[in-house]
Amino acid sequence: MNGTTLFGLGAAALVGLGLYGLICQPGALRKILAFNLIGSGIFLLFGVIAKRGGGALAAAGSGSDGDPVPQALVITGLVVAFAGTAIAVALLVRLAETAGRSTLDTDAQDASSLPADANPPGERLP
Amino acid sequence: MSLGLISDLVLVLLVLSLAVWMNIARTAYRAVVGFVAYGLLMTLIWVRLAAMDVAMTEAALGSGLTGILLFGAASRLAPFEAAERARAPGPALRLLIGLLCTVVAAGLGAVVLLLPEPAPTLAPLVAENLSPTGLQNPVTGVLLAHRAVDTLLESVVLLPALIGVWSVAADADWVGRPSALPRPPASEALTLLAQVLPPFGILVAIHLVWIGADEPGGKFQAAAVLAAMWVLVMMAGLRQPPPVVARGWRELLVVGASLFIAIGIAGIWLADAFLAYPEDLAKPLIIAIEVALTGSVAVFLALLLAGPPAGAHRREV
Repeated sequence: MNGTTLFGLGAAALVGLGLYGLICQPGALRKILAFNLIGSGIFLLFGVIAKRGGGALAAAGSGSDGDPVPQALVITGLVVAFAGTAIAVALLVRLAETAGRSTLDTDAQDASSLPADANPPGERLP
Repeated sequence: MSLGLISDLVLVLLVLSLAVWMNIARTAYRAVVGFVAYGLLMTLIWVRLAAMDVAMTEAALGSGLTGILLFGAASRLAPFEAAERARAPGPALRLLIGLLCTVVAAGLGAVVLLLPEPAPTLAPLVAENLSPTGLQNPVTGVLLAHRAVDTLLESVVLLPALIGVWSVAADADWVGRPSALPRPPASEALTLLAQVLPPFGILVAIHLVWIGADEPGGKFQAAAVLAAMWVLVMMAGLRQPPPVVARGWRELLVVGASLFIAIGIAGIWLADAFLAYPEDLAKPLIIAIEVALTGSVAVFLALLLAGPPAGAHRREV
């Protein structure tokens, strides 16, 4: 067991914890947080794979300490995850302002409490 | 057990307990506090994994800017949380979901333990082909030369993301300014920080983008630092976010990707392939793309944080 494998097992546990939150948390903001947790676990798996690849390289005497290809993918992924989170948050805040709820439940009880026009001009919560 | 392994174990346990905290925290606000601390610890893990470029991006973007975004949302959504809690699944269902998620995590853990040895790697290939680009930092080489098309798509995808965020605005609010940034109560300390820190932040960003060719750093890290400085100034109330109808800002948004595409197309004639660089010009062209993308990405990140435009009536809230 070395540190890299340890981080890999941690990454697997993070994906599991994020998945649990994504399913169990009723509030959409908490689901967005859980989504970020899953993403972070997957990025960490990429990091572990990059480090392992670099280890083989260092053994061959090249001196590099990580495979730059997965590392570059993770940087790309972090930026795209931020953009996705920003869209999700904007949609959610708008949903809460217009519909007065922050969950994704669409049962009958909920539908009746919705205004007929979900987006009337000027109707916003304080 | 070596000292390094013990510190790695402590890091993993801390990160996992923060992930548990994000699940059990009573309010979203507390969960977000956990998320920011989690991001900072993840940064340390990236350093331990010898991925300095990723560590810097994680610290600035994954922890800092995402944290601000989620803090703003958590304070706006706090009034709805009591209704949310009533809808949580019961203990038996939670236990079942927990078991199934444990199975997923165990499966992934088994994959980690069974990864092939020696590990397949593209690193030697990157190292061999780095010298024609004139760069020293292999990550920048991958981002801008070997996998330039990914990086191009990524800088373009920020545009639909921002259009998506802006699109949730009500029609009447379209002429307003974005107002999603959290506005802490005015204090002298915050004002002073927002006046003193940005010049240093700008210097750090210039350094990061310049050194990115040869050392850890680059446009995304620099852009995240620049965006953070701008957001700090806006949160302190020293500057208003620009209205989304402002032309100059919109042009700044597309400069980076446009230059990238233009140089990419020029490559068809100059180097026989889209996004290929003529050999003697590779480094100056890459640095030009990096600089232009830094500006565009910084504005994108800050405007994504600032949120959709809102009417004047909401600005005082």
